[in-house]
Amino acid sequence: MTQFSVPWIQKSERTNYGFPVKALGVAVFFAIVAVVGYWVAGTLLNGHPVAWLLLVIAPALTAGAAAGAAFFVKTWGMWPPVLLRVAIILLVGAFVASCFGVWAVHMLFEWVEVGAVAHAANDPAVTTWFGAPLTLAEISGAFPEMLPDFLSPLVWPLQFPIVRDVISMVTLIVFFTIVPVFAIWWERKVAGRIQSRLGPMRVGKWHGWAQSPADGIKLVLKEDLVPAEADGPLFRLAPFFAIIPSAAAYMVLPFGATYLFRDLDVSLVFILALLGVEVMAVILGGWASNNKWSIYGGMREACQMISYEIPMGMALLVPVVCVGSLNLRVIGEYQAGGWFSWLAFDNPFTFIAFVAYFVASLASCKRAPFDLPEAESELVAGFLTEYSGFRWALFFFAEYAAMFVVCGLAVILFLGGWHSPLPVAWGDKVIELLGDNLLARGVNGLLFSGPLWFVMKATFFLFVQIWIRWTLPRIRIDQVLYACVQVLLPLTMVLLLGTTLWVWASSSDSSGWAMFDQVVSWLLGLIGAVFPIGFVAIAAHGFYHRRRLVGNLVIDPLPGS
Amino acid sequence: MLAALRPREGTLILPVLLLVSLASTAYGTEGVAGEGATAVTSAAEPGGILEVLSFYGCAILTVVCALGVCASKNIVRMAVWLFGALGAVALLYFLMAANFIGAIQLIVYVGGTLILLVFGVMLTTKSPWVRFEAKRWELIGAGVVCLALLVCLCTVLCRTAWHAAEGAMPGAAVAEIGRSLLTTYLVPFEVAGVLLMIVMVGAAHLARQEKKS
Repeated sequence: MTQFSVPWIQKSERTNYGFPVKALGVAVFFAIVAVVGYWVAGTLLNGHPVAWLLLVIAPALTAGAAAGAAFFVKTWGMWPPVLLRVAIILLVGAFVASCFGVWAVHMLFEWVEVGAVAHAANDPAVTTWFGAPLTLAEISGAFPEMLPDFLSPLVWPLQFPIVRDVISMVTLIVFFTIVPVFAIWWERKVAGRIQSRLGPMRVGKWHGWAQSPADGIKLVLKEDLVPAEADGPLFRLAPFFAIIPSAAAYMVLPFGATYLFRDLDVSLVFILALLGVEVMAVILGGWASNNKWSIYGGMREACQMISYEIPMGMALLVPVVCVGSLNLRVIGEYQAGGWFSWLAFDNPFTFIAFVAYFVASLASCKRAPFDLPEAESELVAGFLTEYSGFRWALFFFAEYAAMFVVCGLAVILFLGGWHSPLPVAWGDKVIELLGDNLLARGVNGLLFSGPLWFVMKATFFLFVQIWIRWTLPRIRIDQVLYACVQVLLPLTMVLLLGTTLWVWASSSDSSGWAMFDQVVSWLLGLIGAVFPIGFVAIAAHGFYHRRRLVGNLVIDPLPGS
Repeated sequence: MLAALRPREGTLILPVLLLVSLASTAYGTEGVAGEGATAVTSAAEPGGILEVLSFYGCAILTVVCALGVCASKNIVRMAVWLFGALGAVALLYFLMAANFIGAIQLIVYVGGTLILLVFGVMLTTKSPWVRFEAKRWELIGAGVVCLALLVCLCTVLCRTAWHAAEGAMPGAAVAEIGRSLLTTYLVPFEVAGVLLMIVMVGAAHLARQEKKS
């Protein structure tokens, strides 16, 4: 059994000694405050929501937190083995709980909207304290009947946009943090399997799932190094040019028709702009490191990104021409209705544009086979050579988060966004059968259209990116530029022209063309269906024969197996 | 041991995100809940305290970064200051609900021109241009030009009869821009396109000739 030791916590046993007692004192104090506040808010202040929040709910939460902290510190030594034993349950539980949490917050927001609309219909002039238009009665009136009314003081602050913005932004930042943590572990596991080994297996008991959090803690505790000859301020600044754009891209990325933070009318261009800004980080990091490998990496990145932005943008214009909007939510909504209405199967040009976009997005995320900026066999680690610790972690967070963003763009623009491949008519049937209640909404969200579908599809393409990285060799810089300027660029130009003509032809009222369009769409849909079905079949075959060795090493059957 | 941990760098991200999101909260966009959000407006209501604060934040950022461009002597640092100034101008555009112009500002100036500029600087690392020392006559000349520009701008600012735009921005701003580019302003648009094409062909020609010799 491995011994876990965290020296700085164990050494500070003496300083921890008084903590549980103090924390318990704080908890008791706030519990008393909450009880008194319950009386004061109920009788003297007529149950105003601000009074409830400040005098009852906040002290009660603080008391609970303090008591919990006291309990945890008192029993600190006993937790690691228990946590390790139930680690996988915790992991799965956290996933399910976060799904439900996001959904619950979304429902709360929606009730506030319902209440606000009802209020606007009644009396738009009256406002209560702090300019809040909604009263508790109106909020609880917007609730479904089965919910208790005492929740309404908790929902009351949600009517202020700034409160909802902060909640949404915290959710986004948490998601932005989880994506790289998951993707790094997943990348190592996939790489291991592709190379006939296991990958991380120890940390967290179940297939090393806690490897990336452990790595993160290690990186944060590392020494904060800046080379003596480096350009200090720029060296420190560069990681932020990487992480801020990729975090900001999540602000306009719709996870569902209503699950989006900001509904910009140009969200697609906004995301492209942010991805373009990210180049600056690599160039600056390479320059400021004052190291020839770093600067080579930075220059390769600059020339690669600037060239691949053009075919990427042109490939993205193809679905935009079909829909006629730059708003990602509108583009996603356009594809409601199942597999055959997805834009990739709209006409032959969008089908090829999807492939072109995916190749260009690999290059713009500097993923293999386009990972020349950090080619570890030639340039040590390229622009990352001098980076370590927290700054290095920031670069990696930015890279994996940007990978998810480009995969999400591919899903929204070509593959139906948050819609499932099932026909939308079935979803209407479910609503008919169950009526419009929470259960029907849950079933509809799980099966027909919901953020879970978006995340699943985007994660699949994240997997494809990883798969490509560990399968294909890195190409040379002249091949990179050849592929861009002489293959992808003319191809996407032809695609853009072709899809424009196709849309123009579709706008005419010819019934023959409409039939042709429909047949082509069905054919493309069937061709597209071959890929996921083939993928599942091959994966099942591989899983069935998972104990067999690969290629020339096959010995069938293995003796004793 | 925890001395190595620099939480203040991590916490830098949040205010910047907040600023960006506030800037993009301007009217013309909908609230969190999407389509149903008619009664509840976004956080930075036009004329509200948040909008004013984010405007002054962006404006100060622009001015400080522009001064930084002038004050620094290392040419790469100048580029970084310029990056800040252009980015802050893009934020100002977002604040005015001119989302398309803001995004294009980011793509063209920050993601394109500035990167090319830095790229060019890197290719000429050994030249004396990395440390940029202005001579006295250059300073005087630049000062005169800047002063003249300042006077002109101030005159224009004072003489223009400013009026507040009435009502919100048109909803489908992008569609309007696209339509007018292909109808009213078709000729200038095409001429600009041809001009850029000529520049591109010329640059390719120059690069090719150099390679042969």
